[in-house]
Amino acid sequence: MNLVFYISGAVALAATILAITRLNAVHALLYLILSLLAMALVFFSLGAPFVAALEVIIYAGAIMVLFVFVVMMLNLGPEAAQLERQWQRPRLWAGPALLAAVLLVELIAILVQGSVPLAAASVEPRQVSLALYGPYLLGVELASLLLLGGLVGAYHLGRRARTSSLLEQGVPAPAERDVMPVQPGPLDAGPVPADRQGG
Amino acid sequence: MATVPMEHGLILAGALFAVGLAGVLVRRNVVFMLLSIEIMLNAAGLAFIVAGARWGQPDGQVMFIFILTMAAAEVSLGLALALQLYRHVKTLNADRASRMRG
Repeated sequence: MNLVFYISGAVALAATILAITRLNAVHALLYLILSLLAMALVFFSLGAPFVAALEVIIYAGAIMVLFVFVVMMLNLGPEAAQLERQWQRPRLWAGPALLAAVLLVELIAILVQGSVPLAAASVEPRQVSLALYGPYLLGVELASLLLLGGLVGAYHLGRRARTSSLLEQGVPAPAERDVMPVQPGPLDAGPVPADRQGG
Repeated sequence: MATVPMEHGLILAGALFAVGLAGVLVRRNVVFMLLSIEIMLNAAGLAFIVAGARWGQPDGQVMFIFILTMAAAEVSLGLALALQLYRHVKTLNADRASRMRG
C-alpha cells in the first residue's frame, strides 16, 4: 500500500498545483475534482475506507457540483457558445485524463490483487460511527446546527439576489462594466454618478 | 508493518495546505479563492486522518466528518456571496468588492 500512497499523493499534489494555476475556472475545477479523487485513494491507503467514500460522495460529488453550477451560471453570456467550442479541444482535457488514468491503474491494481490490501491498522466504519454517536454526540448536534445556519443563510442570500435582479431588469449589462450604475430612484432628480462615494 | 510513515503523510498535508494558501494569496477571483480554501480544509482533514491512522483511533475520521460538514456550509454561503458580488459589480474580482457601499 506504500506505493499507492505515494503515487496518489503525487497525483493529488500535481493536480492541486495545476488547479490553482489555471486561468479558466472550469479547467481548475476539473483538476480539483481529480485532486479530491486522488485524496480519496490516499485515505484508502491510510486505512480509512469510510472517509474515502465520503470524500468521493460529498467533496467530489456534492461540493464540486455546486462549484460547477455556479461557474456555469456566471459564464452565461453571448460569448458562452464560443467558449464552449474552445472547451471541447482535446488538449484541454488531456491533462486531467492522464492523471485520472494513473488513479484508475492504481484502483485496478488494488482490485486485481484479490485480498483487500488495507493498511496494517484499518479503522472500520463501525468504530467511526460508534465514536461519532457516542462521545462526539454533542459535536454532531453542533454540526447539524451549523448546517441549518448555512441553509438559512444561503436561502436568504439567494432570495435577496432574486429581488435585486428584478430591480436590475431594465439595465443593459455589458460584460466589461465593473461598477453598477446607480438607478435613479423616484426621489432622485437626475442620474447619479456611478463613482459617487456613499455617505 | 507496511504502513506509510506518519511524517510523509504530514508532509503531503503541509504541501497541500501551502498550495491552498498560495492560491488564496495570489488569485483575486472569488471562485478561485473559495477553491483554495477548500484545498486548505482538505489538507487539514488529511492531517487528522494521518494522525488517526497512526494511532489506529477513529477520532481522526470523526474530525474529518466535522470538517466536511463545515466545508459544505462554508462553500454554500461563499458561493451565494460570490453570486451576489457578481450581480452587484459584474465581476468576480475580489479587489472590486472594496468599492461596495451600504
